[in-house]
Amino acid sequence: MNLTNLIRIALKALSNNKMRGFLTMLGIIIGVASVITMLAIGEGSKGSIQSSISEMGSNLIMIQPGGDDERRGPGGVSRSAASMETLKMADYESLLNESKYLAAVTPSVNSSGQLIYGANNTSSTVYGVSPDYLTINSRAVDDGMMFSEQEISSAAKVCIIGTTVAEKLFTNGEDPVGKVVRFNKIPFQIIGVLKSKGYNSMGMDQDDLVLAPFTTIQKRVLAITHLQGMNASAIDESYTQQAIAEITEILRRNHKLKASDSDDFEIMSMDEILSTMDSVMSMLTLLLGSVAGISLIVGGIGIMNIMYVSVTERTKEIGLRMSIGAKGRDILAQFLIEAIMISITGGIIGVIIGAILAYLAGMLVGFSATIQPWTVGLAFSVCTFTGVFFGWYPAKKAAQLDPIEAIRYE
Amino acid sequence: MKEIIRLENISRDFVMGEETVHALRNVSFTIHEGEFVTIMGTSGSGKSTLLNTLGCLDTPTGGEYYLDGVSVRTMGKNDRATLRNQKIGFVFQSYNLLAKTTAVENVELPLMYNSAYSASARKQKATKALIEVGLGDRLNHKSNQMSGGQMQRVAIARALVNDPAMILADEATGNLDTRTSYEILVLFQRLHAEGRTIIFVTHNPEIANYCSRNILLRDGRVVSDTMNNNIKSAAEVLAALPKNDD
Ligand SMILES: Nc1ncnc2c1ncn2[C@@H]1O[C@H](COP(=O)(O)OP(=O)(O)O)[C@@H](O)[C@H]1O
Ligand SMILES: [Mg+2]
Repeated sequence: MNLTNLIRIALKALSNNKMRGFLTMLGIIIGVASVITMLAIGEGSKGSIQSSISEMGSNLIMIQPGGDDERRGPGGVSRSAASMETLKMADYESLLNESKYLAAVTPSVNSSGQLIYGANNTSSTVYGVSPDYLTINSRAVDDGMMFSEQEISSAAKVCIIGTTVAEKLFTNGEDPVGKVVRFNKIPFQIIGVLKSKGYNSMGMDQDDLVLAPFTTIQKRVLAITHLQGMNASAIDESYTQQAIAEITEILRRNHKLKASDSDDFEIMSMDEILSTMDSVMSMLTLLLGSVAGISLIVGGIGIMNIMYVSVTERTKEIGLRMSIGAKGRDILAQFLIEAIMISITGGIIGVIIGAILAYLAGMLVGFSATIQPWTVGLAFSVCTFTGVFFGWYPAKKAAQLDPIEAIRYE
Repeated sequence: MKEIIRLENISRDFVMGEETVHALRNVSFTIHEGEFVTIMGTSGSGKSTLLNTLGCLDTPTGGEYYLDGVSVRTMGKNDRATLRNQKIGFVFQSYNLLAKTTAVENVELPLMYNSAYSASARKQKATKALIEVGLGDRLNHKSNQMSGGQMQRVAIARALVNDPAMILADEATGNLDTRTSYEILVLFQRLHAEGRTIIFVTHNPEIANYCSRNILLRDGRVVSDTMNNNIKSAAEVLAALPKNDD
């Protein structure tokens, strides 16, 4: 028997039992739709994390205190206080003066808290940095000016605010520049407002921040002498690896580390963060996908169940077909095609519903859920496989029926 | 006349645990083209088993069976299926039509399993067979919209559609009332007159009168095999019967 005839017979059998066919399909529809949605959401959020990271500057290099796992305390979780204070002013100065591959470098000491102006207040983070911060993070001062080296050496109580902070504190539309705000009871004079950068693709407000000389934050706010970290940018993205090697060399020398000692600091480039993020997101996508895949298996078992019922119900029909010349393989093919048709039709509907759901979810969360062609291809191959796999046993059972007994079956 | 069936010492044993049921014992006969044979006997005498053997649905445990000169006993499952598809037409007591399926689609079914026929050729042959059994005006009626007699006619058309070497009927009138039974007998007699070979299993002795030959089974043995030289006309009996009320 040729394929066209088999498909015709299967279609006929399905249309004779539309409701049952649909309910069986429902399992596959739900399975495929959830796989497509989950993978699209996974891919979409991966994309948005990637773009928000590269928005931060793709040749950004972050230097953090503390070393690799060996330096962690017993249990591997808490690091000793001393290991978190390995970066000092001297390190910053060495990098500033000696490095050949760094275009800019800034210390980073941050403090979060309430900012108060008159009756208004808002909570934000104050970043203690050097003017290089602007270069590294591609920011600019719109109104007023950046603090100077002189203000850094004197630990001046001046700051630059982001537009969100400005809007929260200066509700009457007055010019923030020249005004004095309080942070941790310390008065800071606003000397500039940052040019707005808006939200990043993760939905974080990039204008909700305050910049101040790092010396001011160190001495007057946190009362520390070490640096929480440093950020730098290479003279060009292609020199990132050289820059990292150079920083490592300078810091190891400054810290008087022996060749056998491991680093007491960590350097991460955007590249590495991107690839780490990428693998984390891929894992997440895989996890979401396999959870959804389980529902596809459940759908497949539904097909198997219904096909078994169908074979039993149609025993007499199978006997008749055999008596007029159907071979075992014709019967096998008939039921197999029926199962595959249920699963593929379910797959098509599932892909459409999944695409709609992914689109809606993307709109809700605020990123574009990306349906990649391979996920659709995967869904279809899984559907065909499901149809064949779960249709096989019932179809085999049908094909092995004894025609005489089948036709007598009541 | 050409020999269509030759049975040589056919036996069929069913082994059921300790017991062995001898459904057929040393059955031998030949049937020629154009014969209308009834196989009779009481219930359990082996009629269905014999018919299943003739129809290549069952394989004998002993003896030789030649269909159109070909030995069936040594054939594989698939070859027997092809034989059923091309040489044999079955008519069952309970019609065995596909549900929710039109008359034409039901009759087309055997041709679906023969790749030599195109869709249009199938339809054409099915239509012709339905016209032959008097259902030219019921081509697209579904099986559940027809009476028992009409359903059996569709089943007969399905048995005719592949131009088989023989038609095998097992109690084909068993589910029908007297009048409809005679209508079906009239049809079989007409097919016989057209030269077709028909083997009709029944436990109703009356039917033997309308056939050319009568084989009687008892306990799996042929106890008599007689020619009927005085074939009665089913059409005449039908004309004498009171008409149905509908
Ligand atoms: N599949 C089978 N298994 C065991 N015994 C069977 C089977 N088919 C038929 N028989 C036995 O064979 C004998 C003949 O049965 P059957 O050919 O159906 O008789 P009939 O059709 O004349 O009523 C009976 O005794 C029946 O019980
Ligand atoms: Mg019987």
